[in-house]
Amino acid sequence: MLTYAIRRLIIAIPTLLFIGLCIFLLLDLAPGDPTAQLPLTIPPEVKEQIREALGLGQPVHIRFWKWLVQFIWVEPLNLFDFLFGTTFADGWPRIISWQSRSPVMDIVVQRIPQTLWVVGMSYVVGVLIALPIGIISAYRQYSVFDQVGTFVSMIGYSVPPFFTGVLVIVIFSVQLGWLPSIYDTTHRVVDWETFVFQLKQMVMPVMVLALQTTAQISRFMRASMLDNLNQDYVRTARAKGMTEQVVVMTHVLRNSMIPVVTVIALGVPAVFGGAIITEQIFKVNGIGQLLITAIQANDLPMVQTLTFIFAILIVLFNLIADVLYGILDPRIRYD
Amino acid sequence: MTDQTAPDPAPGLDPAEEYRPPRNQWLDVWDQFKTHKGALIGLGFFVFIILGVTLGPFLWTIDATYIDIRARNQGPSLAHPFGTDQLGRDTLARMIAGGQTSIAVGLTAMALALFLGTLIGVVAGFSKKLDGPLMRFTDLFLALPLLPLLLVIIMLFRDRLRAAFGPEEGIFILIVVVIGITSWMNTARIVRGDVLALKEREFVLAARSIGTPARRMVTRHILPNVLSPIMVSATLGIANAIITESALSFLGLGFPSDFPTWGRLLFDATDWLQQYPERVLWPGLAISLTVLSVNYIGDGLRDALDPRIRGR
Amino acid sequence: MNLKHTLLGAAAAMALVPVTAHGAAHEGPRGRDGDVKIIYWQAPSIMNPYLSGGTKELEAASLVIEPLARYNEKGDLVPWLAESVPTVENGGVNADGTQITWVLKEGLVWSDGTPVTSEDVKFSWEYCTAEGGGCAQAEKYLDVTAVDTPDARTVVVNFGVGKPFPYGPFVGAQAPIIQKAQFADCLGPKAPECTDANFSPIGTGPFTVTEFRPNDVITLAANENYRDEGKPAFATVTFKGGGDATAAGRSVLETGEFDYAWNLQLAPDVIGAMEAAGKGKVVADFGTSVERIMINFTDVNPDLGDERGTAAHPHPFLTDIAVRRALSMAIDRALLTEIGYGPAGTPTCNVLPAPAAYASTANDGCLVQDIAGANALLDEAGWMPGADGVRAKDGVRLSVLYQTSTNAVRQDYQALIKQWWSEIGVETELRNINASVFFGSDPGSPDTFQKFFADVEMYTNNFDGTDPEAYMANWTCDQAPRPETQWQGNNMPRYCDAAYDALSAQMATTSGIDARAALAKQMNDMLMQNYVMLPLTHRGRVAAHSNTLGGVIMNVWDSELWNIADWYRIDG
Repeated sequence: MLTYAIRRLIIAIPTLLFIGLCIFLLLDLAPGDPTAQLPLTIPPEVKEQIREALGLGQPVHIRFWKWLVQFIWVEPLNLFDFLFGTTFADGWPRIISWQSRSPVMDIVVQRIPQTLWVVGMSYVVGVLIALPIGIISAYRQYSVFDQVGTFVSMIGYSVPPFFTGVLVIVIFSVQLGWLPSIYDTTHRVVDWETFVFQLKQMVMPVMVLALQTTAQISRFMRASMLDNLNQDYVRTARAKGMTEQVVVMTHVLRNSMIPVVTVIALGVPAVFGGAIITEQIFKVNGIGQLLITAIQANDLPMVQTLTFIFAILIVLFNLIADVLYGILDPRIRYD
Repeated sequence: MTDQTAPDPAPGLDPAEEYRPPRNQWLDVWDQFKTHKGALIGLGFFVFIILGVTLGPFLWTIDATYIDIRARNQGPSLAHPFGTDQLGRDTLARMIAGGQTSIAVGLTAMALALFLGTLIGVVAGFSKKLDGPLMRFTDLFLALPLLPLLLVIIMLFRDRLRAAFGPEEGIFILIVVVIGITSWMNTARIVRGDVLALKEREFVLAARSIGTPARRMVTRHILPNVLSPIMVSATLGIANAIITESALSFLGLGFPSDFPTWGRLLFDATDWLQQYPERVLWPGLAISLTVLSVNYIGDGLRDALDPRIRGR
Repeated sequence: MNLKHTLLGAAAAMALVPVTAHGAAHEGPRGRDGDVKIIYWQAPSIMNPYLSGGTKELEAASLVIEPLARYNEKGDLVPWLAESVPTVENGGVNADGTQITWVLKEGLVWSDGTPVTSEDVKFSWEYCTAEGGGCAQAEKYLDVTAVDTPDARTVVVNFGVGKPFPYGPFVGAQAPIIQKAQFADCLGPKAPECTDANFSPIGTGPFTVTEFRPNDVITLAANENYRDEGKPAFATVTFKGGGDATAAGRSVLETGEFDYAWNLQLAPDVIGAMEAAGKGKVVADFGTSVERIMINFTDVNPDLGDERGTAAHPHPFLTDIAVRRALSMAIDRALLTEIGYGPAGTPTCNVLPAPAAYASTANDGCLVQDIAGANALLDEAGWMPGADGVRAKDGVRLSVLYQTSTNAVRQDYQALIKQWWSEIGVETELRNINASVFFGSDPGSPDTFQKFFADVEMYTNNFDGTDPEAYMANWTCDQAPRPETQWQGNNMPRYCDAAYDALSAQMATTSGIDARAALAKQMNDMLMQNYVMLPLTHRGRVAAHSNTLGGVIMNVWDSELWNIADWYRIDG
């Protein structure tokens, strides 16, 4: 398994370079213009000068090469400098956002806390709720619990966050006035009161997002458990006198985890990708909002960098999922 | 475990090779399906929705795009049972017209995504040689940013499809294909994960040892056993397609704006949530209930197709 | 040193600045009213308006950096960092309009305590015109040949040609003064490297940046060296960005979490219901924005290949003035405006609706919808209804493709207009395009508003400040987007008339407001009476402020936050 993981990691490098190139070409081909959002009162000649200043006049391969060098060499150097106070990266141009004319990575780092607080937390909450719901729903198939769980999760999944988000704001912020409708990204947790405030401003976006995660994962968990509960080995285990707890939680659960692990692993990079609509509705301004504003403003360096980081996480977590398969079911071999 | 064979879900196999039960197998499946109350209700509702949106325009003849500006923002009444929108268009007519598009998009896009996902997932899981390339290909698709991809596809193909199929059909094909090819990846990875585990199981080993050809191995032994995650993906896929379609049209990448769909109606009504709550209710209910009914049908089908349950 | 400057600055301010009328009732020490929270649903990404021309960036930056003069709420120029507005009468502008002389107020200091000198003003010009900098406001410095600094307070701007309206450079939120010491190493291609300077410029305005998070939130604190004693009333500003207009309106009018929300373009009954909650007020005022339908004079049939949309191929039916006129007559502008904008819009028949002196009244007949008249006109012109109800002549059907950007109000406009046009036998296909593509100028995309590969298109345009010369020059022949110009240009209809070009040239050399107004009106009427474009709605800017926030004066001619130094908290 270790050799497999190492081999996969080595293959990941050319894969990622290829994905990076595909993203770059796609973004280059996509219609759009970094000056599209400027007022119409700015004349076309001036817009042309702005595009020149952004380096849009250069050929595609040169721009890709520059970006690649900046991403895999200059940015890590800068991180090194930042951590150890050295000055290796001086004089190297960093990846600069076209919107804010500042280093892309600085903005990304700035956005990570609120993204993790809200989107990451909602994922954890969602998974933690989904697993027991899925297990109990399957174990007590067609019980009241199962029916209610199915109903709520399907409604939750089919009603999009652009609606649920607004609905909870109208109820809890406008009518009841309990919770803030706008997330304060400058808020720092230093004591109990600020922690309570942080909880209050997180609860709505986390719930809206967790609803989607819960619905999806609990459905897969339930289906997979149902498949396994009727298998012969379960009968054998029961016949051997194992307790129900051991049968369900050890044998059935472990064998049912493969699709669930896949779904969870697919979801983790999405946490970093942020939640575009929910972030927009609650003004969380995390990475999702950063990505969508960058796409709308055709801020190609920003979009390219974010999607590439996203690609790295996807490749990495799918690799982790593949390794986990082997641990969950030792019969799976990759040699 | 070694004696386990799945029912034949894939019609078109050579019937001569099959063991013929005294009774048609599909009747058994239907009998089992009937005992699942939720599935029956779901099926009934789904048929009702399909009939409603296809036959509805003959019964309710108001044009969905007709603007009666004097009758705008009305609540439910005899003339407009579901009320009217901010331009005085009849909401019932728009729900019917929107349902046609949403259900058609939902079902076809889901079917396309499911087909692609299952195909790639099974092939990758089953064939060691193709596993690597296919999964890296999946990684690539997962990583591509959706919006720029859509813009490129629309820029390249919209005018050609419009010329070939007309403005509405052209956009329909475009949207179904776009949603289909951008949402198969999860299914592919889930199916592959299951296939990887399945193909090491004893019954597959047994089938292989008696020289079952690869194609039949997949259709008779592997596919029936990955049916449940596929069913779940199908249910979630319909909801996803309906919602994605609305996101596309509000980004200006979907159907023309005067072309109602459920997702779009829900999106437009969200602004009026406080003033006219009933306007969100209809599309919201329609989407949720359709997804719910498909989910129950899926549950029932899965149970009915599983011989271990059917045998009991 | 710093303290000394502070004291000097404060003393100078006390000596020179008269107490303004509305400041009088709300005086007190600087920073007495705590925090004011502003929400812009589009978040600013930079604080340097020279590097981004977006409205959101201009307005955020206007809290910190200021121009020599700016427009007040009536559209009149008022001195800001300058002592007075130079004119020909007071000798500040020379007779042929090639030179304008500004004098800075006495004792001005930057927020770091150093004095503001004419060198800083000159540097602002150098910064924007430096090669390779991509300055978004280069238009403001057009034709400036030199900026002289005879002494520390005097700035002489020289133009290469006579400027009838010399108030481009250093006027308005678009062309503020930046500090030479801070930006000296940031000229031209080095501009993006100065992240700190671009995010927290040193300014003369009432606030200074404490923390800038691009596209998220800006926190600002009162400028201790601000020239007016006791201003600003607020100690800090939280300038939040992101979300959408509905949410921004809600946070001010319904939950009261924020004090001021910008650009609330919402359906009238939505914003009306929000205001009814009683926590805030909606304010609106009208600038020069007009929502209009542009008519394409060229044929956009895809079969024409490279010559698609060029003057070589006239449009098959929109070149017939009867058709254009009928399209205009079929539209009920009052109803459109009522549904789409409510009090934030008025129906208009002019592409140049303001300032009042420039607004024509010759075309107001279009305000009344006349479907029967439009039908009669088309009958007369020989366009006869076919079996499918669509009019045709010589095999040419009146079928139009109507494109616009994606926006709920525009889609309602499209739906209504489609119905009216169907009543006069014109078939309409609607298309809406993502704004970042539609307003982009990517020559590779077929969907830009400049390529205009449709029969009619709808969007809003306006002009900066109060002088329409550049705006009215948009419809001259050489402004037509075409392949030779990489599809750049402002004359989307590709209208071309030598008489119009002559009027435009005449305006560039005419001075005197009455003569210029007469010319502008004549040009407007010419466009309107030829139905080159169909103006629909004169759009206002809408904002909302909390009932506890006082001193807000809506200004559509400059930054909305132009007088934030005078804002104060109302107790209660």
